Amino acid sequence: MQITFRDKQYETKPNITARDALKKIGLDPESVLVVVNGKLVTDDVVLREGDEVKLVAVVSGGRET
Amino acid sequence: MRCRKCGTTAVINMRHHKLALCGEHYVEWVLAQTDRAIEKYKMFTRDERVLVAVSGGKDSLALWDVLLRLGYQADGLYIGLGINDPLPYSDASLEKTRKFLEFSIQYSVFRTGDDTQHATRITHPSTPLRSAQDASRFTPTLHVIDIAQTYGKTIPEIARAKMRGQGRPCAACGLTKRYVMNRLALDKGYAVLATGHNLDDEIAVLFQNTLRWQTGYLARQAPVLPASREGLVKKVKPFCRMYERETATYALVRGIDYIYDECPHAGGNLTNFYKTLLNQLETESPGAKLSFYLEFLRARGEGAFEQFNRVEELHACEVCGQPTSAPGRCAFCRMWDVSRVVE
Repeated sequence: MQITFRDKQYETKPNITARDALKKIGLDPESVLVVVNGKLVTDDVVLREGDEVKLVAVVSGGRET
Repeated sequence: MRCRKCGTTAVINMRHHKLALCGEHYVEWVLAQTDRAIEKYKMFTRDERVLVAVSGGKDSLALWDVLLRLGYQADGLYIGLGINDPLPYSDASLEKTRKFLEFSIQYSVFRTGDDTQHATRITHPSTPLRSAQDASRFTPTLHVIDIAQTYGKTIPEIARAKMRGQGRPCAACGLTKRYVMNRLALDKGYAVLATGHNLDDEIAVLFQNTLRWQTGYLARQAPVLPASREGLVKKVKPFCRMYERETATYALVRGIDYIYDECPHAGGNLTNFYKTLLNQLETESPGAKLSFYLEFLRARGEGAFEQFNRVEELHACEVCGQPTSAPGRCAFCRMWDVSRVVE
């Protein structure tokens, strides 16, 4: 199944939690939000074949601090 | 995972608080947490006018949204930096900000005629009503300052001309934004300037200053920077205890259309690198980020850095009158070659 993040596609096997999927593709669970089929979910949700999975980066901006 | 309050599907699990919440109860939680921080750190009251620095990003728009929903008199300030190459970043940011304002007015923030009572009435059913009366309507205002129109150059252009930051415009950008925000807040009579800095922003700076033992900066880092001198507006950070993923979640749950892209000049900056490191720490040790910040504030409150908090003598800039550390023209007027006050 595919996960979309910043216009890139990542491939992962289904029936694992979002948290495990993030780790497998090398992303820190703290740094992204998971949206499955248009709904924001917690990362314990199990991803199924056919789910549309999008990740939203937590960090944005580039503000001068 | 289920919402602790109602048992429906949760949208966020805050491991550092051991708290999972659904969208409705999460919005309630953010409102309550922000209001608590405003009161705890004595940031401002509902009788004071607040200027929110908005960039079109999630933090500043979420903050403006929260303050309006809580019944604060919050207007916005957008500074057009002219960063539109290779992508129209500034133009898109202004567009997002304007759409947010239209949405806010359309779905209404109401205030009663009595200044001591306010009411918010927005689409979300969990919005706490401050008053049942809707005698008069508070319409938030957006101030837009376009840097190129006002000062003759965009931020990338002035940075190239002056070579500040050795090619990167971040230093010129920061100096210009601080100046414009402070001056507009004072000129328009706002009691405070509120920025959307979240906990991740704060601890990234704290981490950097700790690594370098920059004790002067450590002494001055706080949720509130008081208007300690004439010509300096009070600055506050109501989201200072809110994780960045929490402000992002709030923006998504509320349907705020914010700009996802980073500033094209932000790539490779140290702040984001430190955020990545601190997130790795948080993943292994939930609550580490919050603890780092709160324990710093506790130590600071107990005077751990007081000896480093030097009070510099300030002078009035000979052109604009704004405070400056050296006699003559301030850094802003020198950089922009300003020789008379620009209205």
